Amino acid sequence: MHLLAAVTPPVTGPAALVASVVLGAIFGVLLHRGGVANYNVIVNQFRFRDFTVLKIMLTAIIVGGLGVLALNSVGLANYHIKAANMLGVVLGAAIFGVGMVLYGYCPGTAIAAAASGSIHGLVGLAGLLVGGTLYAFSFPWIAKNILPVAALGKVRLPDVTGVPAVVWFVALLAIALTVFFFIERAERRAAASAPS
Amino acid sequence: MASPTPAPHFLRQSRWNPYLVGTAIGVLSWIVFAVVDKPLGVTTALTGLAGACAAPFLGTDTVAANAYFKSHVFKLDYGMLFLGGIALGGFLSAILSGSFRAEIIPTVWRERFGGSVAKRLVAAFVGGILAMYGARLADGCTSGNGISGSLQLAVGGWTFFLTLFASGILTSLVLFGTGRSSKN
Repeated sequence: MHLLAAVTPPVTGPAALVASVVLGAIFGVLLHRGGVANYNVIVNQFRFRDFTVLKIMLTAIIVGGLGVLALNSVGLANYHIKAANMLGVVLGAAIFGVGMVLYGYCPGTAIAAAASGSIHGLVGLAGLLVGGTLYAFSFPWIAKNILPVAALGKVRLPDVTGVPAVVWFVALLAIALTVFFFIERAERRAAASAPS
Repeated sequence: MASPTPAPHFLRQSRWNPYLVGTAIGVLSWIVFAVVDKPLGVTTALTGLAGACAAPFLGTDTVAANAYFKSHVFKLDYGMLFLGGIALGGFLSAILSGSFRAEIIPTVWRERFGGSVAKRLVAAFVGGILAMYGARLADGCTSGNGISGSLQLAVGGWTFFLTLFASGILTSLVLFGTGRSSKN
């Protein structure tokens, strides 16, 4: 079959193959145990009733970012920056936000949710595949009219501001710790006053 | 949150501390960057799967001729296997913690929109279409842009992260209003 012919050889060697599945499985476990494979947790983040998504994302960005910065500085990791086609990113993120609230998942958490019993999550996975197909067939127009608008290239915040990466992370850490402090305090007070 | 019974073993708990989970995802991204030499992401690989699934409906030639699918050919590479891993991990985690259960209409949705299965499934399907279309337009989702992009201090990643939250907050205001309701 034509499609099977398009299936190129799998990743180099069985070790890399197993590693990919194991890394994905760890991510899947973390998403599920983190509570973000749960519609209520995700939607309530945007309603300011549950801050799990923000806690996980900010912590992952800072811990991940400092580690990758260190690995990169000793030559053990490369950066993989995506082109900042600003109109595409802003429009895409805006559409994504509508979809994420309606669906209650983002693509990664949707897979973990469907695998842990979410039927509506599974139905939405079909939606994801349709969405990908619609994008593929609108791509020629998008590539001509949207992506070139405000295309800044593969830029990082240190490139455009001149502020070194370490300073960015110190600032991010300060912001995150402040935000976490107030979230935790509000949650403790809510828990104390709630009859539960 | 206080439970009368002693806390179950760590592997059997249905929820872990979010800061611990965030830290672990950060460490996972070190490994992915260092070992696989790719950012941690989901929708790039999902595009290849979309093409493979669209082929029986639209014809393999139509899909093969598409410029975007040409650059996102379905293959069992790191990205695709990573997606399979997410499903495996989500399943094992749910089974081990005893929290695997079929859910058609989640609580928050039911409180606002009632018990219609058709309504919820249509919303999930349409939401899925929008999420994937947006993720492709932005060249990444919560993982590829929101986490992997932001942790590299990518301008696109942070723009995505902040715009996504703004859009999500506005959408949930429209859908759910500001009224008080139970938490989870």
